[in-house]
Amino acid sequence: MMSHAAYVLSSYAVAVATVAGLVLWVVGDGRARQRELKALEAAGIRRRSVEATGGEST
Amino acid sequence: MSENSLAIRKFSDLANPTRFLALAARVLPWLAVLTVLFFAVGLWLSFTTEGDYQQGETVRIMYVHVPAAWLSMMCYTVMAISALGTLVWRHPLADVSAKAAAPIGASFTFLALVTGSLWGKPMWGTWWVWDARLTSVFVLFLMYLGLIALNRAMEDPARSARVSAVLVLVGFVNIPIIKFSVEWWNTLHQPASVMRLGGPTIDPEFLWPLMVMAIAFTLLFFSLHIAAMRNEIWRRRVTSLRRQAARNAGRESLAP
Repeated sequence: MMSHAAYVLSSYAVAVATVAGLVLWVVGDGRARQRELKALEAAGIRRRSVEATGGEST
Repeated sequence: MSENSLAIRKFSDLANPTRFLALAARVLPWLAVLTVLFFAVGLWLSFTTEGDYQQGETVRIMYVHVPAAWLSMMCYTVMAISALGTLVWRHPLADVSAKAAAPIGASFTFLALVTGSLWGKPMWGTWWVWDARLTSVFVLFLMYLGLIALNRAMEDPARSARVSAVLVLVGFVNIPIIKFSVEWWNTLHQPASVMRLGGPTIDPEFLWPLMVMAIAFTLLFFSLHIAAMRNEIWRRRVTSLRRQAARNAGRESLAP
Protein backbone atom coordinates (compact mmCIF):
# COMPACT_ATOMS: atom_id res chain seq x y z
CA MET A 1 0.00 0.00 0.00
CA MET A 2 1.45 3.33 -1.09
CA SER A 3 1.14 6.36 1.17
CA HIS A 4 -1.21 9.15 0.13
CA ALA A 5 1.77 11.37 -0.66
CA ALA A 6 2.99 8.80 -3.18
CA TYR A 7 -0.33 8.96 -5.06
CA VAL A 8 -0.21 12.77 -5.04
CA LEU A 9 3.38 12.81 -6.26
CA SER A 10 2.74 10.30 -9.04
CA SER A 11 -0.28 12.34 -10.18
CA TYR A 12 1.80 15.49 -10.44
CA ALA A 13 4.63 13.57 -12.11
CA VAL A 14 2.24 12.25 -14.80
CA ALA A 15 0.82 15.77 -15.23
CA VAL A 16 4.28 17.32 -15.65
CA ALA A 17 5.33 14.60 -18.10
CA THR A 18 2.16 14.98 -20.20
CA VAL A 19 2.31 18.77 -20.34
CA ALA A 20 6.06 18.78 -21.04
CA GLY A 21 5.54 16.23 -23.81
CA LEU A 22 2.81 18.36 -25.40
CA VAL A 23 4.83 21.57 -25.22
CA LEU A 24 7.97 19.91 -26.63
CA TRP A 25 5.96 18.33 -29.44
CA VAL A 26 4.28 21.60 -30.44
CA VAL A 27 7.50 23.64 -30.25
CA GLY A 28 9.53 20.95 -32.06
CA ASP A 29 6.91 20.56 -34.79
CA GLY A 30 6.89 24.34 -35.33
CA ARG A 31 10.68 24.51 -35.59
CA ALA A 32 10.80 21.63 -38.07
CA ARG A 33 8.16 23.26 -40.31
CA GLN A 34 9.99 26.61 -40.14
CA ARG A 35 13.20 24.88 -41.24
CA GLU A 36 11.40 23.29 -44.20
CA LEU A 37 9.92 26.64 -45.25
CA LYS A 38 13.34 28.31 -45.04
CA ALA A 39 14.91 25.51 -47.09
CA LEU A 40 12.23 25.88 -49.77
CA GLU A 41 12.70 29.63 -49.85
CA ALA A 42 16.48 29.22 -50.12
CA ALA A 43 15.85 26.93 -53.12
CA GLY A 44 13.96 29.81 -54.74
CA ILE A 45 10.50 28.29 -54.31
CA ARG A 46 8.05 30.91 -53.09
CA ARG A 47 4.33 31.17 -52.84
CA ARG A 48 2.70 32.53 -55.97
CA SER A 49 0.96 35.28 -54.02
CA VAL A 50 4.33 36.41 -52.68
CA GLU A 51 5.85 36.53 -56.18
CA ALA A 52 2.90 38.45 -57.61
CA THR A 53 2.96 41.28 -55.10
CA GLY A 54 6.71 41.41 -54.68
CA GLY A 55 7.17 40.25 -51.13
CA GLU A 56 3.88 41.30 -49.59
CA SER A 57 2.15 38.02 -48.90
CA THR A 58 -1.62 37.74 -48.90
CA MET B 1 -20.16 50.82 -41.40
CA SER B 2 -22.41 49.22 -38.84
CA GLU B 3 -21.07 47.51 -35.75
CA ASN B 4 -22.30 44.14 -36.98
CA SER B 5 -20.66 44.13 -40.39
CA LEU B 6 -17.42 45.27 -38.75
CA ALA B 7 -17.56 42.23 -36.48
CA ILE B 8 -18.19 39.94 -39.46
CA ARG B 9 -15.30 41.52 -41.33
CA LYS B 10 -13.00 40.97 -38.36
CA PHE B 11 -14.03 37.32 -38.26
CA SER B 12 -13.46 36.80 -41.97
CA ASP B 13 -10.13 38.62 -41.71
CA LEU B 14 -9.12 35.81 -39.39
CA ALA B 15 -9.97 33.35 -42.15
CA ASN B 16 -6.90 34.60 -43.94
CA PRO B 17 -4.09 32.29 -42.76
CA THR B 18 -1.43 34.98 -43.12
CA ARG B 19 -3.37 37.32 -40.86
CA PHE B 20 -3.85 34.46 -38.41
CA LEU B 21 -0.08 33.84 -38.39
CA ALA B 22 0.57 37.52 -37.64
CA LEU B 23 -1.99 37.50 -34.84
CA ALA B 24 -0.58 34.27 -33.40
CA ALA B 25 2.93 35.73 -33.35
CA ARG B 26 1.64 38.73 -31.41
CA VAL B 27 -0.58 36.86 -28.95
CA LEU B 28 1.47 33.74 -28.16
CA PRO B 29 4.25 35.31 -26.04
CA TRP B 30 1.66 36.99 -23.79
CA LEU B 31 -0.39 33.84 -23.47
CA ALA B 32 2.73 31.83 -22.60
CA VAL B 33 3.77 34.28 -19.89
CA LEU B 34 0.24 34.36 -18.41
CA THR B 35 0.11 30.54 -18.43
CA VAL B 36 3.39 30.26 -16.53
CA LEU B 37 2.27 32.89 -13.99
CA PHE B 38 -1.04 31.16 -13.32
CA PHE B 39 0.68 27.78 -13.00
CA ALA B 40 3.20 29.24 -10.53
CA VAL B 41 0.43 30.64 -8.32
CA GLY B 42 -1.78 27.57 -8.83
CA LEU B 43 0.93 25.06 -7.90
CA TRP B 44 1.94 27.12 -4.90
CA LEU B 45 -1.68 27.18 -3.68
CA SER B 46 -2.07 23.46 -4.46
CA PHE B 47 0.68 22.52 -2.05
CA THR B 48 0.28 25.16 0.65
CA THR B 49 -3.46 24.87 1.35
CA GLU B 50 -4.84 22.45 3.93
CA GLY B 51 -5.63 18.81 3.17
CA ASP B 52 -9.22 17.60 3.40
CA TYR B 53 -10.43 15.99 6.65
CA GLN B 54 -11.62 12.93 4.72
CA GLN B 55 -9.41 12.84 1.62
CA GLY B 56 -6.27 14.01 3.40
CA GLU B 57 -3.41 14.85 1.06
CA THR B 58 -5.09 13.22 -1.93
CA VAL B 59 -7.33 16.28 -2.37
CA ARG B 60 -4.30 17.81 -4.12
CA ILE B 61 -4.77 15.35 -6.97
CA MET B 62 -8.07 17.13 -7.67
CA TYR B 63 -6.22 20.34 -8.58
CA VAL B 64 -4.86 18.53 -11.64
CA HIS B 65 -7.66 16.04 -12.24
CA VAL B 66 -10.59 18.48 -12.38
CA PRO B 67 -8.95 21.01 -14.78
CA ALA B 68 -7.75 18.16 -17.04
CA ALA B 69 -11.24 16.65 -17.14
CA TRP B 70 -12.79 20.06 -17.81
CA LEU B 71 -10.35 20.66 -20.69
CA SER B 72 -10.99 17.23 -22.16
CA MET B 73 -14.60 18.32 -22.68
CA MET B 74 -13.89 21.92 -23.65
CA CYS B 75 -11.37 20.81 -26.28
CA TYR B 76 -13.95 18.54 -27.86
CA THR B 77 -16.45 21.42 -27.83
CA VAL B 78 -13.90 23.62 -29.62
CA MET B 79 -13.53 20.82 -32.19
CA ALA B 80 -17.31 20.57 -32.62
CA ILE B 81 -17.60 24.34 -33.23
CA SER B 82 -14.73 24.07 -35.72
CA ALA B 83 -16.53 21.18 -37.43
CA LEU B 84 -19.58 23.44 -37.83
CA GLY B 85 -17.24 26.07 -39.26
CA THR B 86 -16.00 23.56 -41.83
CA LEU B 87 -19.43 22.26 -42.84
CA VAL B 88 -21.59 25.40 -42.59
CA TRP B 89 -19.38 28.41 -43.25
CA ARG B 90 -16.46 26.65 -44.98
CA HIS B 91 -14.14 28.73 -42.86
CA PRO B 92 -10.65 27.88 -44.14
CA LEU B 93 -9.13 27.75 -40.66
CA ALA B 94 -11.89 25.64 -39.08
CA ASP B 95 -10.39 22.37 -40.24
CA VAL B 96 -6.93 23.51 -39.15
CA SER B 97 -8.35 24.25 -35.70
CA ALA B 98 -10.11 20.88 -35.35
CA LYS B 99 -7.07 18.95 -36.52
CA ALA B 100 -4.69 20.85 -34.23
CA ALA B 101 -6.94 20.38 -31.18
CA ALA B 102 -7.27 16.57 -31.33
CA PRO B 103 -3.85 15.54 -29.93
CA ILE B 104 -4.11 18.21 -27.21
CA GLY B 105 -7.57 16.95 -26.21
CA ALA B 106 -6.35 13.36 -26.17
CA SER B 107 -3.48 14.32 -23.84
CA PHE B 108 -5.75 16.09 -21.37
CA THR B 109 -8.24 13.20 -21.40
CA PHE B 110 -5.37 10.79 -20.73
CA LEU B 111 -4.25 12.99 -17.84
CA ALA B 112 -7.79 13.09 -16.40
CA LEU B 113 -8.08 9.29 -16.59
CA VAL B 114 -4.67 8.60 -15.00
CA THR B 115 -5.02 11.15 -12.17
CA GLY B 116 -8.56 9.90 -11.55
CA SER B 117 -7.22 6.38 -11.17
CA LEU B 118 -4.45 7.55 -8.85
CA TRP B 119 -7.09 9.23 -6.68
CA GLY B 120 -9.52 6.32 -6.92
CA LYS B 121 -7.08 3.73 -5.58
CA PRO B 122 -6.57 5.31 -2.13
CA MET B 123 -10.09 6.83 -1.86
CA TRP B 124 -12.41 4.31 -3.50
CA GLY B 125 -10.14 1.31 -3.07
CA THR B 126 -10.02 0.64 -6.80
CA TRP B 127 -8.12 1.98 -9.81
CA TRP B 128 -11.09 1.72 -12.13
CA VAL B 129 -14.80 0.91 -12.26
CA TRP B 130 -16.98 0.78 -15.34
CA ASP B 131 -19.47 3.36 -14.08
CA ALA B 132 -21.16 5.81 -16.45
CA ARG B 133 -18.78 8.75 -15.89
CA LEU B 134 -15.55 6.78 -16.20
CA THR B 135 -16.77 4.79 -19.17
CA SER B 136 -18.02 7.85 -21.09
CA VAL B 137 -14.70 9.66 -20.55
CA PHE B 138 -12.87 6.55 -21.74
CA VAL B 139 -15.06 6.60 -24.86
CA LEU B 140 -14.09 10.27 -25.35
CA PHE B 141 -10.42 9.25 -25.19
CA LEU B 142 -10.99 6.58 -27.85
CA MET B 143 -12.80 9.12 -30.06
CA TYR B 144 -9.85 11.49 -29.88
CA LEU B 145 -7.52 8.67 -30.90
CA GLY B 146 -9.85 7.70 -33.75
CA LEU B 147 -9.96 11.27 -35.05
CA ILE B 148 -6.18 11.59 -34.90
CA ALA B 149 -5.85 8.32 -36.83
CA LEU B 150 -8.38 9.48 -39.42
CA ASN B 151 -6.61 12.82 -39.94
CA ARG B 152 -3.31 11.04 -40.41
CA ALA B 153 -4.71 8.38 -42.71
CA MET B 154 -5.88 10.87 -45.35
CA GLU B 155 -3.17 12.74 -47.22
CA ASP B 156 -5.34 15.47 -48.66
CA PRO B 157 -6.64 17.85 -45.96
CA ALA B 158 -9.41 19.10 -48.26
CA ARG B 159 -10.89 15.61 -48.37
CA SER B 160 -10.36 14.61 -44.74
CA ALA B 161 -11.81 17.91 -43.45
CA ARG B 162 -15.45 17.11 -44.21
CA VAL B 163 -15.28 13.47 -43.14
CA SER B 164 -13.70 14.22 -39.79
CA ALA B 165 -16.03 17.22 -39.26
CA VAL B 166 -19.06 14.93 -39.59
CA LEU B 167 -17.47 12.42 -37.22
CA VAL B 168 -16.64 15.14 -34.64
CA LEU B 169 -20.26 16.33 -34.68
CA VAL B 170 -21.66 12.82 -34.29
CA GLY B 171 -19.29 12.23 -31.36
CA PHE B 172 -20.41 15.45 -29.68
CA VAL B 173 -23.39 13.49 -28.33
CA ASN B 174 -20.95 12.11 -25.77
CA ILE B 175 -20.23 15.50 -24.16
CA PRO B 176 -23.63 16.01 -22.46
CA ILE B 177 -23.57 12.32 -21.56
CA ILE B 178 -20.26 12.84 -19.73
CA LYS B 179 -21.48 16.02 -18.04
CA PHE B 180 -24.79 14.62 -16.81
CA SER B 181 -23.78 10.96 -16.33
CA VAL B 182 -23.32 11.59 -12.62
CA GLU B 183 -26.93 12.75 -12.34
CA TRP B 184 -28.64 10.37 -14.72
CA TRP B 185 -27.09 7.19 -13.38
CA ASN B 186 -25.94 5.92 -10.05
CA THR B 187 -22.19 6.35 -10.37
CA LEU B 188 -19.28 5.85 -8.00
CA HIS B 189 -17.97 9.15 -9.32
CA GLN B 190 -19.34 12.03 -7.23
CA PRO B 191 -21.73 14.61 -8.78
CA ALA B 192 -20.64 18.11 -9.79
CA SER B 193 -19.56 20.37 -6.93
CA VAL B 194 -18.20 23.44 -8.79
CA MET B 195 -20.16 23.98 -12.02
CA ARG B 196 -23.65 23.41 -10.69
CA LEU B 197 -26.90 25.33 -10.27
CA GLY B 198 -26.90 27.01 -6.90
CA GLY B 199 -23.14 27.61 -6.84
CA PRO B 200 -20.13 25.58 -5.75
CA THR B 201 -20.49 23.44 -2.65
CA ILE B 202 -16.82 23.07 -1.86
CA ASP B 203 -14.90 25.00 0.76
CA PRO B 204 -12.96 28.13 -0.40
CA GLU B 205 -9.81 26.42 0.89
CA PHE B 206 -10.08 24.00 -2.05
CA LEU B 207 -11.96 26.25 -4.46
CA TRP B 208 -9.13 28.78 -4.80
CA PRO B 209 -6.36 26.43 -5.92
CA LEU B 210 -8.88 24.62 -8.11
CA MET B 211 -9.97 27.81 -9.88
CA VAL B 212 -6.43 29.12 -10.40
CA MET B 213 -5.29 25.75 -11.76
CA ALA B 214 -8.36 25.60 -14.02
CA ILE B 215 -7.49 29.03 -15.47
CA ALA B 216 -3.84 28.00 -15.85
CA PHE B 217 -4.80 24.82 -17.72
CA THR B 218 -7.26 26.73 -19.93
CA LEU B 219 -4.57 29.29 -20.83
CA LEU B 220 -2.20 26.41 -21.55
CA PHE B 221 -4.76 24.86 -23.85
CA PHE B 222 -5.25 28.04 -25.88
CA SER B 223 -1.49 28.67 -26.15
CA LEU B 224 -0.92 25.13 -27.38
CA HIS B 225 -3.91 25.23 -29.69
CA ILE B 226 -2.88 28.49 -31.39
CA ALA B 227 0.70 27.24 -31.73
CA ALA B 228 -0.47 23.89 -33.13
CA MET B 229 -2.76 25.68 -35.61
CA ARG B 230 0.20 27.77 -36.74
CA ASN B 231 2.24 24.56 -37.21
CA GLU B 232 -0.57 23.06 -39.28
CA ILE B 233 -0.72 26.14 -41.55
CA TRP B 234 3.03 25.95 -42.04
CA ARG B 235 2.76 22.21 -42.76
CA ARG B 236 0.17 22.85 -45.47
CA ARG B 237 2.31 25.61 -46.98
CA VAL B 238 5.30 23.26 -47.16
CA THR B 239 3.15 20.63 -48.89
CA SER B 240 1.77 23.07 -51.47
CA LEU B 241 5.19 24.63 -52.12
CA ARG B 242 6.69 21.19 -52.72
CA ARG B 243 3.87 20.35 -55.10
CA GLN B 244 4.42 23.64 -56.90
CA ALA B 245 8.15 22.92 -57.14
CA ALA B 246 7.45 19.47 -58.57
CA ARG B 247 5.11 20.97 -61.18
CA ASN B 248 7.68 23.59 -62.15
CA ALA B 249 10.37 20.92 -62.46
CA GLY B 250 8.08 18.85 -64.67
CA ARG B 251 7.38 21.83 -66.92
CA GLU B 252 11.07 22.71 -67.28
CA SER B 253 12.07 19.18 -68.21
CA LEU B 254 9.32 19.07 -70.86
CA ALA B 255 10.30 22.39 -72.42
CA PRO B 256 12.66 22.10 -75.41
